[in-house]
Amino acid sequence: MQDVLNSPAVNPITRGRIWFDALVGPSLKPGSSSPVPPVLSAGAELNGVAAQFIAVVPDPEQRFPRATDNVVGLEQGWLLAQAVRAVIDADAGAAAKRPIIAVVDVKSQAYGRREELLGLHLACAAAVDAYASARLAGHPVIALIVGPAMSGAFLAHGYQANRILALDAPGTMVHAMGREAAARVTRRSVEALDALGETIIPMAYSMHAFEQLGLLSELIYGIDADAPSSAQIETVRRALSTAVTDARSGPNDLSGRLSSPAAQKNRAASIEVRRRLAQQWQAD
Amino acid sequence: MSDSDVSYASAYEAILARQSFIELGARERARALLDPGSFRELLGPFDHLESPWLPLQGIVCQADDGAVIAKGTLDGAAAVVLAIESAFQGGSIGEVSGTKLAATLELVLRECEAGRLVRPVILFETGGVRLQEANLGLAVIAEIQAAIVALRRYVPVVGVIAGMVGCFGGMSLAAALCSYLIMTKQGRLGMNGPEVIEQEAGIEELNASDRRLIWSLIGGEQRAATGLVDTLVEDDVAQIAASVRAAFVQGRPAQARTERVAHYLALLARVDPAAIDGAAMRQLWNQE
Repeated sequence: MQDVLNSPAVNPITRGRIWFDALVGPSLKPGSSSPVPPVLSAGAELNGVAAQFIAVVPDPEQRFPRATDNVVGLEQGWLLAQAVRAVIDADAGAAAKRPIIAVVDVKSQAYGRREELLGLHLACAAAVDAYASARLAGHPVIALIVGPAMSGAFLAHGYQANRILALDAPGTMVHAMGREAAARVTRRSVEALDALGETIIPMAYSMHAFEQLGLLSELIYGIDADAPSSAQIETVRRALSTAVTDARSGPNDLSGRLSSPAAQKNRAASIEVRRRLAQQWQAD
Repeated sequence: MSDSDVSYASAYEAILARQSFIELGARERARALLDPGSFRELLGPFDHLESPWLPLQGIVCQADDGAVIAKGTLDGAAAVVLAIESAFQGGSIGEVSGTKLAATLELVLRECEAGRLVRPVILFETGGVRLQEANLGLAVIAEIQAAIVALRRYVPVVGVIAGMVGCFGGMSLAAALCSYLIMTKQGRLGMNGPEVIEQEAGIEELNASDRRLIWSLIGGEQRAATGLVDTLVEDDVAQIAASVRAAFVQGRPAQARTERVAHYLALLARVDPAAIDGAAMRQLWNQE
């Protein structure tokens, strides 16, 4: 059944595609070439300001058979780096750097023999480097989580952002490993794993738990992630726009992630390590 | 005694004279790399900064959470070694161990921004995120990566992958971001561990128990032969210590590996996915 649904001739419509089209579509110039999978990148207006939107979508034509889905494989990693660096280069002399919006719907990194041989770790690191460099260069980098944001794929596409937003909708999640795989590796049942997440916040799979870690700037409520209305798309645009403004006035590193009340509570150890280490660093 | 007997004897003595780096724990590795007498540990075991999450799961903590931070000097210049202890939870990155690494790199960055260069060395020995601290492990790895990218603009960030755990998961990306990587034959560097690939993609994709195959894909020799690491070393304290110092003498590379986007996209375009293996990659990567 699964194979029929994923037959290579059909390009499945994913959340990443839906939201990329929703945010970019209306302002794509007629006649301009539409971006092609697996990495979509296009400029569009965001409340009157030019912004760049980037998404990873399934690529049935993908040469590497383990990377046809909305995953980050070799080409995806390097193409993300290329797309982000194109924006950095284009704005090199500009006073105001364009916002970069990573539309995040990535199931995982690609799991394959060829991927490891050919340096998937390097391809993903290239994407990390590009996003981090954009942030350091003054581009507001915003991650908008519309689906899964998993593990190494999220590191490569979204986790270097100044601000992380997410839709409060079924199927959005951030995690280090899928539920089933994590259960196998930690020798627990999926139910036991879910129960653990109730008390151990970093192990939970819900976006609400992720928000409690202080890592989200905003959880956007009341959005149909699969079929958003134009009013809902407008709500998301406004949230993105606010995040861009915030990012411009904030630091260009990730220190903001530790400043929220949620982080003070649930990342107390992260804060304490930094405080004590700084003291001891100065001691000589 | 013939000439060949003499050379055998000296080769034998050279091996005997070697001190294994792999056999050392994280603290001893850091001490062995820094100039003699310069080692000073920060947030050591007596500070008892431990994982707040492991005891909730009935797992015994370690007083340094598996990360050793040591200030000292290299060739007389200020340096810091960040060493991951593979003997605790497989070198996995939890909130505390990962934050020790990220926070140290951030402090080095502040020093560099103020014009006081400090040489950072990271000893990778890790399977990646500690699954018992899942999302916080991932979050701190993103912070480590952010710090390496920022710091690398001022000073080379030098990584060592000695083995036997190797370097996997999100930390393999952190390693790839380093200015220079030094690796032994015994080391492995990859994003997904072989067991994970076998589990996710099936044994026909990768047989995780085929050690020869695994090392032909992600072992130190292959990584060095294809330029994915810079220096291949023996499992020898003196040689690794010398290679680390040599990397700082070289200074920052003109372009980091992760910045060579067009170069690597062009190489990938040459690959026939149906016929790629370690030997084919060496050939493709080394033809101009």
